[in-house]
Amino acid sequence: MDSINPILLIASLMVASTPILLAALGEMVVEKAGVLNLGVEGMMITGAVVGFAIGVNSGSSVLGFACAALAGAALSMIFAFITQVLLSNQVATGLGLTLFGLGLSSLIGKPYVGIKAPGFAKLDIPLLSDIPVLGPILFRHDPMVYLSLLIVAAVWYLLTYTRAGLILRAVGENHSAAHALGYKVVRVRFAAIAFGGAMAGLGGAYVSLVRVPQWVEGMTAGAGWIALAIVVFASWRPWRILLGAYLFGGITVLQLNLQAAGSSIPVEYLSMSPYLVTILVLVIISVRGNHGAPGSLGRVFHASQ
Amino acid sequence: MKLVTKLLAGAAVGLTMAGAALAQDDPTKVGFIYIGPVGDGGWTYEHDQGRLAVEEEFGDAVETVYQENVPESADAERAITQMALSGADLIFTTSFGYMDPTIAVAEKFPDVKFEHATGYKTADNVGVYSARFYEGRAVQGTIAGHLTESNIIGYIGSFPIPEVIRGINSAYIHAKKVNPDVQFKIVWAYTWFDPAKEADAAKALIDQGADVVLQHTDSTAPQAAAQEAGGVYTFGQASDMSEYAPMPRVSSIIDNWAPYYIERTRAVMEGTWESDNTWDGIGAGMVEIGEITDAVPAEVKEEALALVEAIGSGEYHPFTGPINKQDGTPWLAEGETADDGTLAGMDFYVEGIEGEIPN
Repeated sequence: MDSINPILLIASLMVASTPILLAALGEMVVEKAGVLNLGVEGMMITGAVVGFAIGVNSGSSVLGFACAALAGAALSMIFAFITQVLLSNQVATGLGLTLFGLGLSSLIGKPYVGIKAPGFAKLDIPLLSDIPVLGPILFRHDPMVYLSLLIVAAVWYLLTYTRAGLILRAVGENHSAAHALGYKVVRVRFAAIAFGGAMAGLGGAYVSLVRVPQWVEGMTAGAGWIALAIVVFASWRPWRILLGAYLFGGITVLQLNLQAAGSSIPVEYLSMSPYLVTILVLVIISVRGNHGAPGSLGRVFHASQ
Repeated sequence: MKLVTKLLAGAAVGLTMAGAALAQDDPTKVGFIYIGPVGDGGWTYEHDQGRLAVEEEFGDAVETVYQENVPESADAERAITQMALSGADLIFTTSFGYMDPTIAVAEKFPDVKFEHATGYKTADNVGVYSARFYEGRAVQGTIAGHLTESNIIGYIGSFPIPEVIRGINSAYIHAKKVNPDVQFKIVWAYTWFDPAKEADAAKALIDQGADVVLQHTDSTAPQAAAQEAGGVYTFGQASDMSEYAPMPRVSSIIDNWAPYYIERTRAVMEGTWESDNTWDGIGAGMVEIGEITDAVPAEVKEEALALVEAIGSGEYHPFTGPINKQDGTPWLAEGETADDGTLAGMDFYVEGIEGEIPN
């Protein structure tokens, strides 16, 4: 068996994990506010195409990412309006959003098939990146990788230690009580849904601008659903989502590398390992403690009830 | 219960109407079930080109419908059934995994004709068709063997089914013929279409030293990954993928389904359709070799074109002995060529390929 270069492996591991991490983190905030948005896949793919289109036309990946976040948020506002104002069923609306996003993206993406993505420079942090071994592993990634890690920390801090986070969780745990206390349930949920949409959009754009990098119809190929699953298995906790996303993305890449290196482990086991290991690890660390879903998750709220 | 009765009644009405429609000489309805999106730039894209060719050929006399992104699961049976219920006269199911669903639905709709791509199960109203992609793989293997400098050729497999294994064997035999030091590294992606994963697989192979990457998955993602890495050669798969020419894509296998789809549609319109088992290659034009770019040295290009010619005329068979199986047991004797039965069920590597085929 040939050896695998750990530095190259870790670089591609982080690249493979970042889209799922971003999308899952966004969805976690949405669900913490008591809303189940199954439209993650649709928002991701829309982010992927919008990010790519803007990136190609402007030549700037940064602008592409920004617009992808906006597009994801805009799409999620349709969902927010239908579920929060018109009080429709969240599961059905979310699924509809996914179908809509897939169709919309293939329409927008038609002229962009086979076009080369604009480059996205890696952040070569001076001095730090020159440290042997650790330097290339920790300090030579693209800015989105660091940004996604920052967002994990920020979400964790906001939800755990701030008043805004407390209100968001209150709305998600018991919207009637939160309403009785005078919090604007619908307004909080609109904000959470917009954040979730923006993050899914960013995750999608990361696939089309960095990970592949190109536009192909349907290119997220189920990453949104994986993100949704990770939220549940991570018991709605940001650091566990980070662990889950990195495990899943990491093992996906690792098993491909093991195959390429001629490992003696049968391919059948290798290819199911990302799912198995991620679920196992997250279930084992969640054996103790409170890890239930937010109390009002998926329930319709109306001030009169 | 009431709902079920209603649905059944509705289906019955639908069926009668479909029958009536046929009698009235209304357009022949041709359906297509696709594994990926029509914009994948590869496999499904080419099938859809075939569909468009049918529309162009027959104009108002046909109506085509298609459904994209149909998984190879219970969902496939639902999608095919729905298409049959909606009055399709002929349905092409265009991925290997639709084999059993196609047979199952065909039993329920004896008056609808079905055509399943790349499978081997037929019935009175189910025909199968495929292309001899391995002929194109022989050409790719020849070019790849010449081009590689690291002597490592990466291969992205989808699923370990005979069609994919044939391609690997054919490419390997011909790469080895021109470059005895060549080594194949094979990665099974277990998907036909997942651009991110396909790109990851290509990167893993490139990280392992491959400077030529062959793919048997449907999207252009490995091409993009190779372009990003630089100095890596690829081949268009199923479609020309010429947007990546002249580098990394140096040639391609193009599946040309249009003539077959037109011929079979005509057979249904004229009432002459019969279950068939078609397996055409370069000679019949079902497999085409995309332009070999200038990134390939002239003498290599010439050799490759000569091979295309020889295979097309039937003068040369890509599986011509002496060839041993991976474990060293003889398969084909000197000058012997493989029979279609063995090729159709191929489940072994030829001698020299490392690794095991997953079950």
